[in-house]
Amino acid sequence: MADTIRPKKEKAAVEESLFTSGHRACAGCGEALGAKLVMDAAGPDTIVATSTGCLEVFSTPYPESAWRMPWIHSLFENSSAVASGVEVALKALGRKGNTKIIAQGGDGGTADIGIGCLSGMLERGHEILYVCYDNEAYMNTGVQRSGLTPFDAHTTTSPSGKISFGNQRPKKTLLDIAAAHNIPYAATASVAYPADLQRKVKKALATPGPTFIHLHVPCPLGWGYKAELTLEIARIAIDTGLFPLVEIEWGKVTRVRKITKDKKPVEEYLKPQSRFRHLFASEDGKKELAKIQAIADANIAKYGLV
Amino acid sequence: MKKLIEGSMAVAESVKRCRPNVVAAYPITPQTHIVENLAQMVADGELKAEFVNTESEFGAASVVLGASAAGARAYSTTTSQGLLLMAEVLYNIAGMRLPVVITCANRAISAPINIWNDHSDAMVIRDSGIIMLFAEDAQELFDMHPQAFKIAENPDIMLPFMVNMDGFILTHAFESVELSDQKLFDEFLPKFNPALKLDPANPITMGTLAEPKWYMETRYKLHETQQEALPLIQKTAEEFKAKFGRWYGGLIDTYRLDDAEIGFVAMGSLIGTLKEVVDDLRAKGEKVGVLKIRSYRPFPKKEILDVCKGLKQLVVFDKSFSYGWGSILQNEMRNCFYGSKHNPMISGFVVGLGGRDIPPSSIIKAYQQTKGKEILDEFVDVNWELVGVRR
Repeated sequence: MADTIRPKKEKAAVEESLFTSGHRACAGCGEALGAKLVMDAAGPDTIVATSTGCLEVFSTPYPESAWRMPWIHSLFENSSAVASGVEVALKALGRKGNTKIIAQGGDGGTADIGIGCLSGMLERGHEILYVCYDNEAYMNTGVQRSGLTPFDAHTTTSPSGKISFGNQRPKKTLLDIAAAHNIPYAATASVAYPADLQRKVKKALATPGPTFIHLHVPCPLGWGYKAELTLEIARIAIDTGLFPLVEIEWGKVTRVRKITKDKKPVEEYLKPQSRFRHLFASEDGKKELAKIQAIADANIAKYGLV
Repeated sequence: MKKLIEGSMAVAESVKRCRPNVVAAYPITPQTHIVENLAQMVADGELKAEFVNTESEFGAASVVLGASAAGARAYSTTTSQGLLLMAEVLYNIAGMRLPVVITCANRAISAPINIWNDHSDAMVIRDSGIIMLFAEDAQELFDMHPQAFKIAENPDIMLPFMVNMDGFILTHAFESVELSDQKLFDEFLPKFNPALKLDPANPITMGTLAEPKWYMETRYKLHETQQEALPLIQKTAEEFKAKFGRWYGGLIDTYRLDDAEIGFVAMGSLIGTLKEVVDDLRAKGEKVGVLKIRSYRPFPKKEILDVCKGLKQLVVFDKSFSYGWGSILQNEMRNCFYGSKHNPMISGFVVGLGGRDIPPSSIIKAYQQTKGKEILDEFVDVNWELVGVRR
């Protein structure tokens, strides 16, 4: 037996992520980082349904796949319904056991085109965690405006121009919409706080019934900032109050991340991003900055962040 | 046991005996009685399945897609606008090679909104890769569903299957139906156990992106498999006959066609009317017969050419139309014969759109009009005054 070649134990023990490297995401991609954190928190006994979008495209160009877990993609707007089918199938076949099911999509796939299926999934009470990776526009198709694009952001279909400051609507209240289905758990999270995100994923998956996480994932390409700043940008979004970190159980806010010590003016968040550059180019832009500050202040007041 | 039941109930009784694990649907007339009956069967514990009420037909198709991918036998049913809303998913189900079975209670498409029968809805997804058969009556519907699951789930096929039944004419009419025992169904239809499924014990990736380098092969395979399904559809009908003793044709069926000079061609419940008309005309010495297209996709070209060898003329009665081109089944029949040695004259009449009655007298009138004379794309029983066209 002494001659037998054995794999080195140390090497075998190196933990590989369930969402492996080698995929085709851009450098600094917040969504890829988010997916890795979510999957590793969920563990291998999980089936994942993913909507069409960046995450699907960059992770599964045939014959490659970055997913070391059972994974399915069908269409843009139906990951929640496909996951519903997976869940009832496992139940009907007696294979549910402790297997967890995650449905996921981008902001467009969730808040716009997929909101009907999402509402159905939440209303029917399936035991599924839905994760919305919010990079605030249709990035896969080239930065078009979605229902979760923030106020005054420049996108290719909500461009700033001589008579426009870009997207003229605030972000759709996605967390409230999900929570309004009276589900046991709905939360926001950010890649800026991996431990917090993974705690929320674990909590959601341990909670019976449908659960929802709205995950903020900055996009260097679409937002126009340097790739190494993803976590920094994500963190300032929270510190300004523009993306509050909250948890809602059965319709009641049960936990928020306070920003008392860290609170920053919105300019600090907006300035490094070229999608808001036009706000700093004119006197009128200052009025717009005040409007965005008002959105942040309203969030802070709504959730008692300071 | 023979029972006088509604066509929708016959479908539900058959689907129940096929033991689907998951049923997902959204209500739409005239499909509702099928899902209502299935829901009741689940509520009474007669059918052990997960019944999912979805927020739309799009959702229903997506739920059965997911269920099938996870290894469940999955069933849905819809019609008309619902089928159109499902269309994106049905193409996806076919491309992903998932053997979902769907019953379509064929109905007209809006606008104007119309809940009655024609075949326009089915034609919308005829190029999706889904297998499509049309049934003639309630008994054939009862018998077609186990064949549908068996064909769809065959490891060499793995394609979705749509059973077509004429809305109201078959969904709501009561007929005497032999409701064969569960035991026969269980012997005929094996359990669904796909080689690949979503399972944490053996993680696979389903539904990948196929770049230009890979896409065309997958689409070619769809066509190749459709062709491979041709003999299987025939064989499965024969197997069914051997076990259950009933026969409605395999890919096609014929009625008094052997010595006929003119053949009437149609799909679905109209076949019954055509058989009546043929009997009447035969009594008057007219040499006519019926060709029933049972399998529409795959289209049984060879079998059609074989049985039409002695015919001088075919008269196609079509319940669908391609606006700006022509009557769909008529043109597919004409295409079928193009370049073949035997080229009968082919006429085409458009009948019954939006549930317009098709009495035998209308068929006979069309026959008299076209006997020995090619007439194409002719709309039957149209009120030309209403159309505002002078003739």
